[in-house]
Amino acid sequence: MTMKTVFRFEDLPGLLSLMSGDEKHDPAALSTLDVLWVLYDRVLDVLADTAGERARDRFLLSKGHGPQAYFAVLAAKGFFPPEVLSSFGRFDSPLGYHPDRLLVPGVEISSGSLGHGLAIAVGLALGLAETAEGGAPRVFCLMGDAELDEGSNHEAIALAGRLAPDRLRAIVVDNDSSSYGWPGGLEGRFAAEGWETVRVPSSEHDALALELGGPSSPGAPRLVVVEASSKDNSWRSLAGAPSRN
Amino acid sequence: MVSSRVQFVTTMTELLERDKRTALVLADISADRFLPAARRHPGRVVNVGIREQTMIGVAAGLSLAGLRPVVHSYASFLVERPFEQIKLDLGHQDLGAVLVSIAGSYDASGEGRTHQSPADVALLDTIPGFTVHLPGHAAEVDALLRQAVAGNGRVYLRLSERSNHQPWHGAGAAGGMTVVRAGSLGTVIAVGPLLDPVLAATELWDVTVLYASTIRPFDSATLLGTLGRPDVVMAEPLLRGTSLGPLSAALAHIPHRLLPLGVADVELRRYGTPGQHAAAHGLDARGIREAVGAFLGLA
Repeated sequence: MTMKTVFRFEDLPGLLSLMSGDEKHDPAALSTLDVLWVLYDRVLDVLADTAGERARDRFLLSKGHGPQAYFAVLAAKGFFPPEVLSSFGRFDSPLGYHPDRLLVPGVEISSGSLGHGLAIAVGLALGLAETAEGGAPRVFCLMGDAELDEGSNHEAIALAGRLAPDRLRAIVVDNDSSSYGWPGGLEGRFAAEGWETVRVPSSEHDALALELGGPSSPGAPRLVVVEASSKDNSWRSLAGAPSRN
Repeated sequence: MVSSRVQFVTTMTELLERDKRTALVLADISADRFLPAARRHPGRVVNVGIREQTMIGVAAGLSLAGLRPVVHSYASFLVERPFEQIKLDLGHQDLGAVLVSIAGSYDASGEGRTHQSPADVALLDTIPGFTVHLPGHAAEVDALLRQAVAGNGRVYLRLSERSNHQPWHGAGAAGGMTVVRAGSLGTVIAVGPLLDPVLAATELWDVTVLYASTIRPFDSATLLGTLGRPDVVMAEPLLRGTSLGPLSAALAHIPHRLLPLGVADVELRRYGTPGQHAAAHGLDARGIREAVGAFLGLA
């Protein structure tokens, strides 16, 4: 493809193909494509040339699996040249199957092992409230519904609810991929700890932008559940547990 | 004399007061002792409750925000329980923090295995870039904590309630070993609070005694510069053999013999006092005398 300087959402499949080499994409990568695009296109106060500024919004990709969508969006927004995408996974490439913050411009944390991002986001939100000049920037942390299996998240969900960094926004992409599911909806785990929660279908970009970018109530961290298409789940039927849909 | 833990609270409280970059992350352990500091600096003293994985993650986030986090708990719950958070949230992210532990190997003798962590430094050795201090006296705790907080790197400060009768500063504060006694029949390196029992064990012998309150980085230069007969005993209040890697690397170019003394790799299943545990592991003066005497051929 020809390398442009302004990209639209419709251009992202082409950028993804630079990494996968064909038109088939990893479902883990595709489930996050909508929300990542909306974040970088319409919500986050961070641009390629402000990526080092202290006042920038912070986006932490906790769910480091399938980062191709993340890399495609960062390239589309000019954090690094799209040509770099075609080196994906090579020994000398900055891009691999889990992102490394020391290698990729714009990447705030290295991730891959699940259940690390939210605690870091809580600390970052608390720390920025101390160090920011003027209003503290917002901190967004993107997780997956299966990532919530990791107990470390439940430590962090409770702590955030109590210490209430109200500049903190958690995003859970829910493609119903957790082996045993979350009866009553995963947002119940957050709501019980004092979070504001809202659920938005991943294809509704205007609603996503509104819910991700809007103000949260004072004293409450905010959860946006992004509902993506469900994944088949054999273990859940084996255990007799219900599917989401 | 003030204990290492009390000295930590005193010095840390002062650092929080003096330096707005300093932060403290707790998981309930010692939290009551820091209540006055928390009231004065609520944004920089964070108690996460009994959530040790989150304790390390929060410290990483504070570091990303430009603060200098100090993280504190029992060694078991500071290093072993959240080990992957230390590996990834601090090590892989390349973020700085100061980890300050208590209890270590057998200070919590009466509490049993759950509160003992002789392998903590061996574990941290698998993560690049940690400086490791084992102060042998409360006055060294004060100096090493100030030095650690003033820096930017990853530091492990392992406090013990076992203490030498006097502090040793000088070269130790700069990370090097201190020559406590010079001799010709061999060298004994005494780490942290093992210096007094090592001195008592070797008082009649013509051996070099080096004192180390800092073991990572390992001060090969002082060891080689004072080395007589190349027979070296490493006496550390850690899992036996913890420092054998850097020690044998330092001596790789000459024929030598090594004797590691430390906490035995066994489930002791005993309570009692720290002194009884030291004796059980051969780390009291008598046990050290027997082991060093046999190794060096001294009666």
